[in-house]
Amino acid sequence: MPRHTDREYESELRALNDRLLKMAGRVEEMVAQAARALAERDAELARTTILLDETVNTDEVEIDEACQSILARRQPLAGDLRFIACALKMVTDLERIGDIAVNLCERAIELAREAALSPIAGLGQMAALVQEMLKDVMDAFNARAADRARAVVRRDDLVDELYHGVLRELLARMSQDASALQRGIHTLAVAKFLERLGDHATNLAEEVVFLVEGKDIRHAGKRGGPPA
Amino acid sequence: MIAAPAPRAPPTTTAADATTPVKLAVRALDAGFGATPVVRQLTLDVPERRVLAIIGPSGCGKSTLVRCLNRMHELVPGATVGGSVLLDDHDIYARDVDPVLLRRRIGMVFQKPNPFPTMSIRENVLAGLRLTGALRGGRKQPAIDGIVEQALTRAALWDEVKDRLAAAGGSLSGGQQQRLCIARALAVEPEVLLMDEPCSALDPIATARIEDLIHVLRERYTIVLVTHNMQQAARASDLTAFLLHGELIECAPTERLFTQPSDRRTEDYITGKFG
Amino acid sequence: MSARRDLWFTLLCAAALALPLGVLVFLFGDVLLLGLERLSPAFLTSYPSRHAEHAGVLPGLVGTALLGVMTAGLALPFGVGAAIYLEEYGGNRRIARAIEVNVANLAGVPSVVYGILGLAVFVKTLGLGRSLIAGAATLALLVLPIVIVSTREALRAVPMGLREAGLALGATRWQTIRRVVLPAAAPGILTGAILAISRALGETAPLIVIGAVAYITYLPDGPRAAFTALPIQIFSWVSRPQAAFAHNAAAGIVVMLLLLLLLNAAAVLVRDRFSRGGSR
Repeated sequence: MPRHTDREYESELRALNDRLLKMAGRVEEMVAQAARALAERDAELARTTILLDETVNTDEVEIDEACQSILARRQPLAGDLRFIACALKMVTDLERIGDIAVNLCERAIELAREAALSPIAGLGQMAALVQEMLKDVMDAFNARAADRARAVVRRDDLVDELYHGVLRELLARMSQDASALQRGIHTLAVAKFLERLGDHATNLAEEVVFLVEGKDIRHAGKRGGPPA
Repeated sequence: MIAAPAPRAPPTTTAADATTPVKLAVRALDAGFGATPVVRQLTLDVPERRVLAIIGPSGCGKSTLVRCLNRMHELVPGATVGGSVLLDDHDIYARDVDPVLLRRRIGMVFQKPNPFPTMSIRENVLAGLRLTGALRGGRKQPAIDGIVEQALTRAALWDEVKDRLAAAGGSLSGGQQQRLCIARALAVEPEVLLMDEPCSALDPIATARIEDLIHVLRERYTIVLVTHNMQQAARASDLTAFLLHGELIECAPTERLFTQPSDRRTEDYITGKFG
Repeated sequence: MSARRDLWFTLLCAAALALPLGVLVFLFGDVLLLGLERLSPAFLTSYPSRHAEHAGVLPGLVGTALLGVMTAGLALPFGVGAAIYLEEYGGNRRIARAIEVNVANLAGVPSVVYGILGLAVFVKTLGLGRSLIAGAATLALLVLPIVIVSTREALRAVPMGLREAGLALGATRWQTIRRVVLPAAAPGILTGAILAISRALGETAPLIVIGAVAYITYLPDGPRAAFTALPIQIFSWVSRPQAAFAHNAAAGIVVMLLLLLLLNAAAVLVRDRFSRGGSR
């Protein structure tokens, strides 16, 4: 891939790329720790994880500023323009993922106070799946691989399926056992948050496809899509 | 929107949306100096009342290409031209075409503002008509004044110079001089306006004025704008053609060319990954 | 260090300028002193005479003026025309190139050779005799290269963009040259022409070869008339043995110099006037 003639511009774009990857790495770490805190009922881990969100918020602001600066000073075009547009959207999704990890940790702290609920089929699988999607989408981003990003989009259907399964099981349990109501509601929220993580991973994947191919694959089918 | 089942000629050429008629059609154009080819087998459509920007690195043949469109290229000793250019479906290189008459239909504005130094603002506007003898006899003074006012108004210069039409053309600022040159070209009532890097000698404000003017002029004229400023092409044109080594690499609606060019070389050029 | 070297160089240049200028001032002062006693209105309005104190330069002055006008009338159309052809049309490049070399060489030919040419062609072959018209034709030939070269330079100084602008407006080559290029080049062409004419008026040798007569007591009444010119008059006075005529010669030189200064001043004026409104 040829480099930009202006080497400072080139390094600015590379730095932005690295920053996004680093932020994504931090967010992935938060999600992983939140999942572990939930599984192991570790309130302490949940508390330390919540503190990480500070850095992620700083990342968001700094990446936004870097994008604005490149837009103002370099007037990027074509692939570069798509990269900046993509970075601006990705940073929002990543920041939301961080927030959701915080929400998960809060629920983990609540759940740790209560007696353990017998394991719910599918919940652990959901957590593993969304983490995998997050990792894959960032790999696809780094490699500028649209096909791998598309694979992530497809996996979101599985997340939704699992979510509905978890939902049904939880509702069934709560209707049978009133004492499980409190814990059930928290767990319901956890499932909802995991499902949302899947949505954000899907957003990221769609942004990667746009970055690589210049094609907007969001809401495909509803708009008829632009001719290829 | 419309599917294009017809096989496209090798490099993407026809970018015109099917709704607008083609004003200028370049067909397999070859141009050069002596044995050196500058433009090679170039095919391109310019739709009517649209702005086509031509971009490309120095020496890619953009200026030579536009100079072939009003047969100015052949005035250079040793210049060669092959292929054809159709203006309203009629080849301007056909034997029965007088290049002098043709140039009244296809006006041109140059890189450096070049008002005639020995003439007043008014005389500059009328220069095209006077030079060609079109004003000799017949027309009354008010009619001539009307021509001057109309051309200057269309070039967005009237308000600035209406009180000093007798002043020398050279007394204007660079940007005003360029608009005077545009007025001079418009006074001949051309159908097509060729602009060869019209803003490269102007400051950003004067440039913005010209670009604003281009937006207005496109309602009446077909415009071909050569520019080495990609931002200008992005701002001012409907279609953009990218030339490299005398060949057309890509011609597409400006918005598409600058967000998702289909050719790697276009992408590299517009993002500054060159050489 | 470099500042000192700079100073030395400046001084050297000043000396190079001062020396010839000093000699010139000295010569001019000498001539002025010598000629002062003869300079009077009568000197300008009198015919030559055997008596030094009654002799004047009227026929020479009139002859020179007529020569100037006629030379200009002959040299300008041909010279400017040739320059336009070479510069604007060029035509066959090889022929143009050959003409160009010849013109450059002609400018270096000694003036007396033009005199001989004029004698052979105008005086004898064309049968014009030792007349004003033969003299003017010879001088025109002499300054033609100067006119051509200076006109070409003036044309070359007109930006290419102006020609292109004219052509792009749908004007023919000739319409563009006449309405755009020539007006823009006019000051340069005029300056060159004036300088060429002033050069012609100072010439003595070709006129002597052609046979201008020094002693004339009437004014020329037509182009075929015999004539004299200021330099001839001066030359004839200088070659007289009587000391009194030396004063006449000096006074004649002063008149001649003033005439040339006037012409050169006109050239400067023309250039200044036009370039102020034009070249911006």
